[in-house]
Amino acid sequence: MEFMRTLQTLFGPAWPVVWTLVKIAAIVAPLLLVVAYLPLWERKVIGWMQVRIGPNRVTFFGIPWLGGLAQPIVDALKLLVKEIIIPGGANKALFLLAPVMVVMPAMAAWAVVPFSPELVLADVDAGLLYIMAITSVGVYGIIIAGWASNSKYAFLGALRSAAQMVSYELAMGFALVTVLMAAQSLNVGEIVRVQQGSFGLFNWFWIPLFPIFLVYFISGVAETNRAPFDVAEGESEIVAGFHVEYSGMAFAVFFLAEYANMILISTLASVMFLGGWLSPVPAAFADAIGLPWLADGNFGWLLVKLFVVVSSFLWFRATFPRYRYDQIMRLGWKVFLPLTIAWIVVLGAWMQTPLWVWWK
Amino acid sequence: MSFQEFVFYFLSAVLIVSAVGIITMRNPVHAVLCMVLCFFTTAGLWLLLEAEFLAIALVLVYVGAVMVLFLFVVMMLDINMARLREGFWSHLPLGTLVALLLVAEMVLVLGGRYAGFYDTPAPPPLPADYSNTKELGRLVYTEYVYPFEIAAVILLVAIVAAIALTLRRRKQSKYIDPARQIGVRRQDRVRIVQMPAEKKE
Repeated sequence: MEFMRTLQTLFGPAWPVVWTLVKIAAIVAPLLLVVAYLPLWERKVIGWMQVRIGPNRVTFFGIPWLGGLAQPIVDALKLLVKEIIIPGGANKALFLLAPVMVVMPAMAAWAVVPFSPELVLADVDAGLLYIMAITSVGVYGIIIAGWASNSKYAFLGALRSAAQMVSYELAMGFALVTVLMAAQSLNVGEIVRVQQGSFGLFNWFWIPLFPIFLVYFISGVAETNRAPFDVAEGESEIVAGFHVEYSGMAFAVFFLAEYANMILISTLASVMFLGGWLSPVPAAFADAIGLPWLADGNFGWLLVKLFVVVSSFLWFRATFPRYRYDQIMRLGWKVFLPLTIAWIVVLGAWMQTPLWVWWK
Repeated sequence: MSFQEFVFYFLSAVLIVSAVGIITMRNPVHAVLCMVLCFFTTAGLWLLLEAEFLAIALVLVYVGAVMVLFLFVVMMLDINMARLREGFWSHLPLGTLVALLLVAEMVLVLGGRYAGFYDTPAPPPLPADYSNTKELGRLVYTEYVYPFEIAAVILLVAIVAAIALTLRRRKQSKYIDPARQIGVRRQDRVRIVQMPAEKKE
């Protein structure tokens, strides 16, 4: 505390800005590390599911049992020193702006995500709305990337991706409407607190909102353009979609943004439907087995939920064949949208009856 | 200059530059992107006015949905600059007249005593626990509940109509029903005929 006070006097009136920047760095730096290691985990998981070993060569200081762990660092170094080729006839400024616009919302949305009861960067009232607004900006980066590349494949990929993301954003938005109805708050921390109760994991919103949980999760997969909804990349049809002309670090930024978005969607699913930092163990049960600390909510539980949800993204990719484009559109508009609207009505009626037990 | 004033002037400058950009940019895609920036900075200005719900709704609806569709359409246009500039001089007098009329009307309304921008005192800062969103929700669902519900139903009808319009089955498409494919039995498809071998005499 003495140290903090010295710093405060040192920076004077600029202190709030500096302190906020420090907090942002404290969120973004570990996030980027996780984003870097998620592709390795993905390659490992898919490898195991296909009875392969996955990356196991690159290691730190020649220690064999760390095999594969240095892979992300080596990959990043390789991409950093590669040349960024700007295609002829491309719109240079927009071409370079696009990767930034893709990765920006994926990072900015973390401002309102609560990590533990006290740990949140901005405890704003309209937090859920902010997340919806800021994540909807991400589609611009993809459209601009496809258009500015001056390439037919990139353009087709951008069109597919934009249409897909706009369609699934609707279903996601309506899913979030049911969550805020159930929680009676737009504050993300408050949404977690409402899910607290004496029954542990049976108090979370995945029970009353089960269809919506599924809709949100599947829409999240579609929204991040992940398999089985990855027609935006469509390797077999349009090479790599919107980022086919990108090389080196510019490509890596798109890659990172996809994984950052995956982690963000998984975190939001954990926070809104799986109780965020809350413990799944009921307090009475934890006392009975003599481990009362199991029932305490903390950051660790959020990490566990996040890990499970993110890993199921990878599981999907290894399991399902790619959807056809018209089937994707039909699923979004004719299945998910009516389902979410119907559930809003059902939930509204349910909340007026004594059968609703989720908040007091 | 306080921090708030600095933010206000900065956002206003960006807003004006991007608004001018919308109408001066040669390339329609650039113009649309300028418009996106315009909406974004407007949302920032609304945040300064402590209208956080409206600001975020502006970003969500206009930036996140409407402008994406704009960009989507504009991107696919085949832009021919020579054709676009055709008839510029012949339309100039009428255009100038309309523009001057608009400016005159705006000056009359905003600059006059009626609008009263100079006499109105700045609104008092709201307490920290004041929730804009909650207040708005209360008003919309109590005082303005009928207009709000009617607007909502109209929008819902529009959504249903738009989806229903695309829900048509093309007659010439050769759709294969998987259930019928699986339900096929051998007797329906193949008839085994016993034929005695013919001998060459």
